[in-house]
Parts: sequence; structure tokens; C-alpha cells
Amino acid sequence: MTTTASSVASTPPAVGRLSGVLSHRWVRFGVRRLGRLLMSLAVLVTASFLMIHLIPGDPVRGALGPTAPTALVEARRESLGLNDPLWLQYWHYLQGLFTGDLGTSLSSKLPVADVVSQRLPATLMLAVLAFAVAVAVAVPLGVGMGVLTRRGRGRRSELAFTTTSVVVGTIPDFLIGVGLVYVFGVSLHVLPVAGNATADAYVLPVIALAIGPAAILARIIRVEMVSVLEADFVRTARAKRLPSRTIYLGHALPNALTAALTICGLLLSSMVAGTVLVENVFAWPGLGRTIVSSILTKDYPVVQAIVLVYGVGVLVVNTVVDVVLALLDPRSMIAED
Amino acid sequence: MSRRWLRVLRTPLGLTTAALVVAVVVLAIVAPVLWSDRAEVYDTDNILAGPSGDHWAGTDGLGRDIFFRALVASRLSLELALAATVIGVLAGLLLGTAPLLLGRRLGRLVTTGVNIAVAFPGLLLALFFAVIFGVGATGAVLAIGFALAPSFARLVQTLVAGVAALDYVSAARVAGVGRVRILLRHVLPNIAEPLVVNATIAGGGALLAFAGLSFLGLGVQQPSYDWGRLLFEGIGMIYVNPAAALAPGIAVLVAGLAFNLFGESVAKGLGVSAVGGVPVPATSSRLTGHAGRRDGTDGSTHMAMAPSDLVLDVVDLRVSFPGPAGPIRPVRGISFSVRHGEALGVVGESGSGKSLTALAVAQLIEEPGRVEADRLEFRGADLRDGPRAHRHLLGTSMAMVFQDPMTSFNPTRRMGSQLAEVAVHHQGMTRRQAMARAVDRLRAVRVPEPERRATQYPHEFSGGMRQRAMIGMGVMGNPSLIIADEPTTALDVTVQQQVLDLLQAIRDEDDVALVLISHDVTVVGEVCDRVLVMYAGRIVEDLPAHQLQGGALHPYTRALVAAVPDMRTDLDQPLAVVPGRPVDPSDVPTGCAFAARCPLADDHCRTVDPPLAPTPTGSQVACWHAGEPLELDEGTGELVEAKS
Repeated sequence: MTTTASSVASTPPAVGRLSGVLSHRWVRFGVRRLGRLLMSLAVLVTASFLMIHLIPGDPVRGALGPTAPTALVEARRESLGLNDPLWLQYWHYLQGLFTGDLGTSLSSKLPVADVVSQRLPATLMLAVLAFAVAVAVAVPLGVGMGVLTRRGRGRRSELAFTTTSVVVGTIPDFLIGVGLVYVFGVSLHVLPVAGNATADAYVLPVIALAIGPAAILARIIRVEMVSVLEADFVRTARAKRLPSRTIYLGHALPNALTAALTICGLLLSSMVAGTVLVENVFAWPGLGRTIVSSILTKDYPVVQAIVLVYGVGVLVVNTVVDVVLALLDPRSMIAED
Repeated sequence: MSRRWLRVLRTPLGLTTAALVVAVVVLAIVAPVLWSDRAEVYDTDNILAGPSGDHWAGTDGLGRDIFFRALVASRLSLELALAATVIGVLAGLLLGTAPLLLGRRLGRLVTTGVNIAVAFPGLLLALFFAVIFGVGATGAVLAIGFALAPSFARLVQTLVAGVAALDYVSAARVAGVGRVRILLRHVLPNIAEPLVVNATIAGGGALLAFAGLSFLGLGVQQPSYDWGRLLFEGIGMIYVNPAAALAPGIAVLVAGLAFNLFGESVAKGLGVSAVGGVPVPATSSRLTGHAGRRDGTDGSTHMAMAPSDLVLDVVDLRVSFPGPAGPIRPVRGISFSVRHGEALGVVGESGSGKSLTALAVAQLIEEPGRVEADRLEFRGADLRDGPRAHRHLLGTSMAMVFQDPMTSFNPTRRMGSQLAEVAVHHQGMTRRQAMARAVDRLRAVRVPEPERRATQYPHEFSGGMRQRAMIGMGVMGNPSLIIADEPTTALDVTVQQQVLDLLQAIRDEDDVALVLISHDVTVVGEVCDRVLVMYAGRIVEDLPAHQLQGGALHPYTRALVAAVPDMRTDLDQPLAVVPGRPVDPSDVPTGCAFAARCPLADDHCRTVDPPLAPTPTGSQVACWHAGEPLELDEGTGELVEAKS
């Protein structure tokens, strides 16, 4: 499913070129990657701008309800600039983005930028912690299982591990959250299940968000480890009589991780989105609760801004993953050509 | 086809999930018919009650039975998920086949759009579309459907690209068949199976995603209810009646997992080929040789002055692997020794056990393989103590050179550090000292600009340079033995010669012994003092290299030598071959293993295995008919018994 090291290796190496080759390659990689990022950003910004215009009917009428006086609707449309030509609205929207002006919330009348900056840290904290936990669990688990099941050993434990990790990885985070609330909150009364006031309030939401990705990542790392441990260069490392620890962690793991890193990126961006549901299970005061309540109250400027923030988050994650991948395995830069 | 599906059902996960899928579908069909009424009864005496005999999962805020509501909700939940999946698949098909239908430029635009959309998580796309299509069941169906579309489009693109490259599709295109017709007649039927499988997985995902949207209050609205809506209502009263949240939660979990995992196991079962037994080389047994052969027998100079101390001493070495019908023994008891500074060649066809012999001597055979020997000594150290026992000795004194220099280096680490590692671990050097040594060794193996090269990655080296670096890695310590397993096979002829010359130079400099494993008699004859010829896991002849031409006694050795073309070979005649196939190590015949392919074989050969016995010329041979005359059949290119 992933491009493994060997398929990349078939690219013929540049022999005997000048020393500028390396930097030249990095420049080309940087330009290409930046171009992709900017194009994705443009699409994202346009989509979030168009969102409000794609809604069938008059969004302001929809927000204020059918009983609202026409004069009020007209005034609100005027203040939102909805009566301007589309291209002018788009221009104003872009201008606003560059000056940090995301508009005004229809319901609270607060600047949207304030709402976002007030809610963002809680969401960010949740996503980053959960990702860290997932990686911290998955890497040792995947490596350990990979070593145990290498070269067709331990078929039973392999089957048990794969089945368990597939099942656990498929359970959506909000259902895990509900289960955790029931067990630790309702039955055992040991952990808080709402808000983020105390440190122990982080435990359940972080676990709910981390378990699935951890299972998926561990499974992929195991598969990668097993295939890397069959590689010729591992035999070379054994022929060098290196300690097992060095062979597994120093030689095999980096090669297993380059393939797993792509999955890491996907998992992290899906965890960014996953916070929406988990926040709503645990009454977490982050962007996820805000976007849902804003959708329900038709507070479109807030929805637009939060969609934009999530989207930018995903794009940043993808870009960072690509750069890290290029640093770890320089061949991935060539492979993109 | 049906057999492949049966195989899916035979796996525990496949069977369980298939049964669950059937159960969920049946439930969705019958539940509303049977229990709709009971799910709508207001039991005002039991509002927000916990589980009881009357209400297995308790009641909700209006006194309605949660157990039956969860059962009845299966219909709506499945219908909505199905609708969303159908929308997703259709939209994905349209987007994914666009490059084929719209031509290159427009198609490229669509592909770029899909690539950008695919980077965003499905839930985010679903939220985006939920805003546009509005809160409610219809909006949610459209939202999830469109959120599924990009990843489906990507899948379709990949599948279409695979099929469109096939010959008959190209032929149809050349013949002027229209694009739509090609799509409908040639492409879609070929990608239907993976599409259906992935749609099943997506269906499970849609079920779970729909529950998510309803749980957020963005999906199904009262008075309708699906599992997500019940969960949304239940979570609010989880402290009063936990079953109100748990019952719909479990229902959606079981249903979603069933579809998702059933699809996954079908995908795995249909995609993965059956696990086979031990691979048996089925290649033709014609031996490769190359025309640039140097004549000459510069063999035994080392032998005469070789000191009596042995670098390597092997007695009755056996390698076995567990097989389906008892252990397989690719190496069946071989004995040899290597003197200080001696170059020993090991030749034989693929599967003769020569590479395994090398790996066994180097202690690199991994479980479940087993290595046994009556004696296995390297510079006096008993290697049977296990690979860890003599780590530093082996790490510095025994160098390995493997066949494929492309894959034998770690692609993610710089060359210098891969060499330096040896010195850090075995010679107690600091990283800096070790790097200096690595650069020095790269220079010694004639890698140009070693300082710069040491900072490069393996893929920046050419094949020949990588193989020289591999030798350089071997001489990081002070090796007394280099084991080279087909070191030149993956290289072209001119580079081969450089590598062989380098090995020769290192031997001359430090009096290093060499075990050179090759299927190429020419290479071995050129480099080595003495040659072991292996067949079916045994040594069949052990002779000085200069005797290979003309002095070989075993019919197999003579066939190998005859099979090498040289400058005098008449290319109008068929090239000489060794008739027949190599022996399957899991099925070694009684008697002489070579008898089936031997022109001299008689009944005695087929019943009694000849031992390796000394000959008057100082070599050893295992043959009842050693040295009997043979001649080349001009017609078949095979050696046949000479008609005297």
C-alpha cells in the first residue's frame, strides 16, 4: 500500500555530477513543495469563501428565520457585504485574511478572530497530546511485534495482533469516547468527563483520540519492520556483527519509519478533524464545539473561519511530513519527479 | 472466482464479519416491520428508567423503549449510509474517469482538484458540505457522499490507469473505438471487483460517519431517529441511564465494523496470493559465462608456500530448514578448510547450496534455519558457540561481500557512517576516529574523492563503486578471511574486472584468505587457487583451479566448464548446456544426486552415493566414473559418453 524503499531505489543515481547536485535538488524540491502548498491554500481559501454563497437560498434569511423583518435582513446583508458583486466580496475576504480580520460573529457580535484565538489552544493541545501518545505507544509496539514476527515467526501472535489492531483502528473516536465516559466517569467515577479545567481531564479525551491511530500506526510499523528486516542491508548489518539493538533501532527502524511517516501525516490530519467529535463528547472548550454550535445557529462567519483554520492545519501537517520525509530519506525527493 | 471468495470466508475475521453483515441487513429489513409500534409506545410510568424486564435497555425522556428503538433505527441508519455510499461511488467514478473521458488537459485539472481534496480528512469535507447542504438527513447524506468522492476518485484513477495501459485497451483506442465505449466495455468491467470491495469498506465508514454527524446534531432530526441520533439523545442522560447511550453505540459499532472489516478481509483475501512452500529455482540450467575470459592458470602459487595454519576449518556442515514434509536440507554435510591467504572458489548452479554454505560459515543463517557441524572453526574459535560469542573477532576478521550492492547498504544512512560503525563497535574508536578510518578505507578501495563520498548516500554511488565500498567496509578491521557471495554477478563486465582486481590487490597486500562463491566458472578459475564444485548440497569435486580446464574428473564439473563459451566457440552451433534441472533440495534422490543428468550414470550410481575420495592428481572427487571419457554432442550441445 505504501511505496517501499526498494521501489524508490530503482531511480538511477546521479554519478559523478558536480557538488551542486545536492543543493540544486533541495531547491527544486522546495519550490515544487511550496507551489503545491500555495495552490492548496488558494483552493482552501476560495472554498471557504464560496461556502456561504453555495448555500441554497439567502443565508441571512436562513439565519434570522422566516419571521424576521425584511428590513433587518437587508441591513444584515448590507453589513456583511453580501450585496456587493462576488469578485469584490472575494477581494474584501482576501484583504480581511491578510489583516487578520475574519469578520464578526452573527450571534455573539465578537470578532471571529478573537473567538478562534480563544478556542484554538485547547484544540491544538488535545490534538498534539493525542498524537504524541499515539506515536509513543505505536512505535515500541510495532517495532516489538515486528521483531517477534519477523521471517514468519509467531504466526499466532501476528494474527491476534493484526486482528486486534484492525478492529481497534476501525472504531471511531467518538464511540471510544462514549465507552470511556461510561467506564471511567459513570461507573468508576475516577476521571472527569467534561471540560479541560484540570490536568486529569485531559486523560480520557486524549485516550479516545489516540487509541485508533495508535493501533493503525502500530500495525503499519510492524508490517514495515517485517519487510525491512528481510532486506539485504539488514543482513549486511548482521554481517558487521552489530548488537541487535543497533540493528533493529539504528538500521531497520529508520527505514520502517519513512514509510510509516506518510501514514503518520494522514493520521495526524485525521486527528485534527477527529477533535471535532471528541470535543463534543467531552464538552471540550475548543474549536470543535464552536463549529458545531455555529453550524446549528447558522453563524456563518465563525464556521468559515474555523473551516479555514482546520484546513490550514491539515496543509501544514502535510507539508511538514513531506519535508521530514525528505530529510530522513533523500530519495523521496527524487521519487516525486 | 468462487474459490477465492471461499478462502475469504475461511479466515476467522472474514467469516465473522460476513455473518454480521448478513445479520445486520436482515435486521434492517425486518426490524421496522416487527417492532415499529413498540418503539413508539410512551410508557409514562417509566420515564428515563434504567434497564428492566419490560425495557431491556431502559427508556428515554418520553418513556419510549430504547432497545426496540435501537433495533428499528437499523433501517434508517443503513439506508442513509447506503445512499451516501452510492453518491460517493458515483461521484468518484465520474471524477476518476474524467481524465479518460475529457482528454488530457481537462482531465489533468480534475486530477489536481482530486489530489488537493484527498489531502483533507473526510470528516472535515463532510462538515464543509453539511454547512452548504444544511442540517438534516438529506444534507448529511449529500455531505458524506461528497466527502467520500475524492478518495474514491483517486482509487478509480489508479485502477483506470492500470487497465488503460493494457494492450487490448490500447488496441481498441488505436482502432478508433470511442472513449465512452472503451470506458463501458473495456475499463469498467475490469475494475468492478476492487470497486465493489472498496464500496463495502466505504459503506461501513459511511455508517460510522453518519452516526458521527447525527451525534453532533447535524444529521437526522426528530422525530426520525437513526443510531447517531439515539446516541446524541442518550449521551445527555448517560448518568441516569447509561444504556440509552450504550445500546445505539454498540449497534452502530457492530454494524460499521462488520461492513468495514468484511470489505477489508475480502480485499485482503482477493488480493494476496497463496503462501507457497520453499521456492525452487525453475531457471534453465544453462550457465552464464562471458566472452572476455583471460586464459592462464595463475593458480597454485599461494598453495606451495601456504603455512599450515587454517583460517577456516569446516567438518560435516549441515544446513536445514523446516518444510511442510519434514526438514529440507540444502547443505548435506560438507567439509573443507581454507588456509591462510588462500583463495578458494565455490561453484555450482543456483540451489546447489553454495550461498547457504557461505552464510552458515558466517553465522548469518536465521531461524528457522538450523546449522550443524562436527567442526566449525574460524581462526581457532568455535563458531558453534553462537553468533554472539565471537562478535568482535567476526566483526573485525571476517569480511562479507554480498551479491547486490544496490540493496546491501542502508538507504537512509550516509556511506561513511555505515563503514565507521564497524570501528566504533568492534575497535573501540570514537566516532571521529572511525570516520577518518572510513575515509581512509574508501581511499584504499579506490573510491575517488573519499572525503566527499563518505558524506553521500548509497543511491549516489554507482554499482561498482558501491561494491568497492562494501569491500572497504570489510577491511575496516584487519580481515583474515573475505567471504564474497557472487560479488560481481550484479555488475557489468568491465566493472566486474575492477572488483576482482581489487579483491586480488587486498589479498596480495595483507595475505587475506578469500572464499569466492560464484556460478561463473570463468571468474573462479581466474581468481582462485582451489575450487570446490557443489551439487545438491554436497561437494562433488575439490580441485586446483588450474585443473579446471582439462583436469576435471567429475562429469558435472566438466559439463560446467564445457558450458562456458570462449573466443573459440562456434556461435553457429548451439551453446553447450548441462541437461536437466537442478535437484529440488526437498526431494533429493538416493544414490548420486547428479545421476539423473549424467551421461555416465548406471544403476550403481542411482543406488549408492559416491563418497568424496582423493585422486592421484591431488584433487578429490565424488564419482564412480571419475575421468571416464566424454565428448560434446554437436547437435544438442550436451556432453555424452564417448563412443570408443
